[in-house]
Amino acid sequence: MSEQLLLSVRDLCKWFELRKGLFGKAGYVKAVDEVSFDLKKGDAVSLVGESGSGKTTLGKTILRLYKPTKGTIIFEGRDITDLKARQLLEYRRETGLVQQDPYGALPPFMSIKRVLEDPLAIHKVPKSERIDRIYKALEEVKLTPVEDFIGKYPHMLSGGQQQRLVIARAIILNPKLIVADEPVSMLDASVRIEILTLLKELQNKYGLSVIYITHDLSTTRYFSEWIYIMYAGKIVEKALTKTLLDNPLHPYSQVLLNIIPDPDAENRLKIKDVPPGEPPSLVNPPKGCRFHPRCVYIKNGICNEKEPREVEVEKDHFVRCWLYD
Amino acid sequence: MVKPLLEVKNLRTYFKTRKGIVKAVDNVSFSVKKGETIAVIGESGCGKSSLAKSIIRLLPRNICTYEGEILLENEDLMKLEEKEMNEVRWAKISMVSQAALNSLNPVIKVGQQVAEPLIIHEGVDKKTALERARKALSMVGIPETFAERYPFELSGGMKQRAIIAMALITDPDLIILDEPTSALDVLTQASIMNMLKIIKGKMTKTFMFITHDIAVSSELADKVAVMYAGQIVELTNAENFYKAPLHPYSIKLMASVPTLRTDKKLDFIPGTPPSLIDPPKGCRFAERCPWRFEKCEKEPPSFLVKGDSIVKCWLFESKGSR
Repeated sequence: MSEQLLLSVRDLCKWFELRKGLFGKAGYVKAVDEVSFDLKKGDAVSLVGESGSGKTTLGKTILRLYKPTKGTIIFEGRDITDLKARQLLEYRRETGLVQQDPYGALPPFMSIKRVLEDPLAIHKVPKSERIDRIYKALEEVKLTPVEDFIGKYPHMLSGGQQQRLVIARAIILNPKLIVADEPVSMLDASVRIEILTLLKELQNKYGLSVIYITHDLSTTRYFSEWIYIMYAGKIVEKALTKTLLDNPLHPYSQVLLNIIPDPDAENRLKIKDVPPGEPPSLVNPPKGCRFHPRCVYIKNGICNEKEPREVEVEKDHFVRCWLYD
Repeated sequence: MVKPLLEVKNLRTYFKTRKGIVKAVDNVSFSVKKGETIAVIGESGCGKSSLAKSIIRLLPRNICTYEGEILLENEDLMKLEEKEMNEVRWAKISMVSQAALNSLNPVIKVGQQVAEPLIIHEGVDKKTALERARKALSMVGIPETFAERYPFELSGGMKQRAIIAMALITDPDLIILDEPTSALDVLTQASIMNMLKIIKGKMTKTFMFITHDIAVSSELADKVAVMYAGQIVELTNAENFYKAPLHPYSIKLMASVPTLRTDKKLDFIPGTPPSLIDPPKGCRFAERCPWRFEKCEKEPPSFLVKGDSIVKCWLFESKGSR
């Protein structure tokens, strides 16, 4: 099994320092706090959580766009936690990022050709090869006929086409890992599935591993093998997609699943159970389980005192909750 | 037979731009009864926000055509002078707009902002208005003491609630909700939808709920209008629509909605919506429609009735064979 492992993250923390005045430290925003997981080659995992739960920070830390505060990231057996300049550049070649806002992610003054040539130039791909690879990448994301697109600028493309271009840029160096950060949340419903289908195709064709960051549980069913639920900087539940959707264990996962509507005229007659309050501050997270102030199953003296461990309730189903420990 | 509260007939709103005339709302007709919620569904750029703004008449300056009838309790708003329309706004129709989160003034206390429509539109004195603002805030689930806070002290969900309180405070007949929860997290969205359902039930309010999210629209809708390229292509009741939409565009759109509880084969609509400057001569969806036939590209379909539904599609001309 171990040779199939692509990424292994252990106790990863990313804390952002808060400053008080010029010199004093006021504390840390613990955006990602002691996160551990493994990702196999060719698997897609959905990282689900609300805004501010730390899912984007986790994605960027894994790509080493942020320097981790603590913990280790092992990529194909190599420790990449503390990589410096040259080696980091090599790591970048193996990874790609698909951002949320495609227009914001594309330089408006660069033609499509230049957008795609840039990464090739940075990674010293010989000039003679470049144009072939640009053509191939554009065909891969179905921006065809390529001749029609290659000279265009980002603003001339529709939102869906822009996102395809961002994907083309992410895959042009043949990476092994893609982090897709809410790749479809800014797109229209009819285009969303098109982009997700494309990502899925590329994943299967090249054995890519994908970390799909989203707040929308309903798309995960069709897209990923695994779901990780994040709450206030921690992963609270990890399971295979089907298992998690059929049998969510953590009270927060249950809430998330309950409140997402499917189109049904019955919905208007029902009032849903929504936990009171809001996600906690990441500067001073609550003692014990971070969800306890909003949890209906709270066990006083335990949940609000001690932090729950991660337990494997059934095979491949992990949860951090005192109800199961 | 209950008379409709709002009746829109042949509404046209065109904008003048450098590239030509944009037909954002092109011959739209529908009606809503008191206490009913109509959901207007469509993709970005289909004209749903323009439709809302046309009804409350908050239009940009580059407007070149604005015609048709907008009957609110049999009074044609189209015929009103700007000054008279100002009296209708907020007193009879209010609106929660899309970028509502950022539409609060950062330097004025929340309570005062919520009270403002009362002072301006109803001439209530400041003290009473503030008192009523506190009540309105607690009705939408914000503690009364928050009236003394500034917008930055409120979370996104609370700001949205405050805006909804502002839309409710003058007790208007019609409330237009333009993507009220699109910028919010799923949990916040669910609690705001809960609140709107309670308000709808308790106060028999009439909502016009504009959204691109079909799943969320089903949380509130009694009636559904699907818009495509500036026109309503299907108008039907919620029971029919979410079970089995009729118009090819509605069918395809519904097929692209991922569902959490059931496995279904997802589909998407290839191509892009047509330009609103020079829309196709025939049916506007024909180019992307898998069931199109000759007539579709030549002649624009008229509204055809099938059961309780009105569909703008030639397929339903001969007893709806497809």
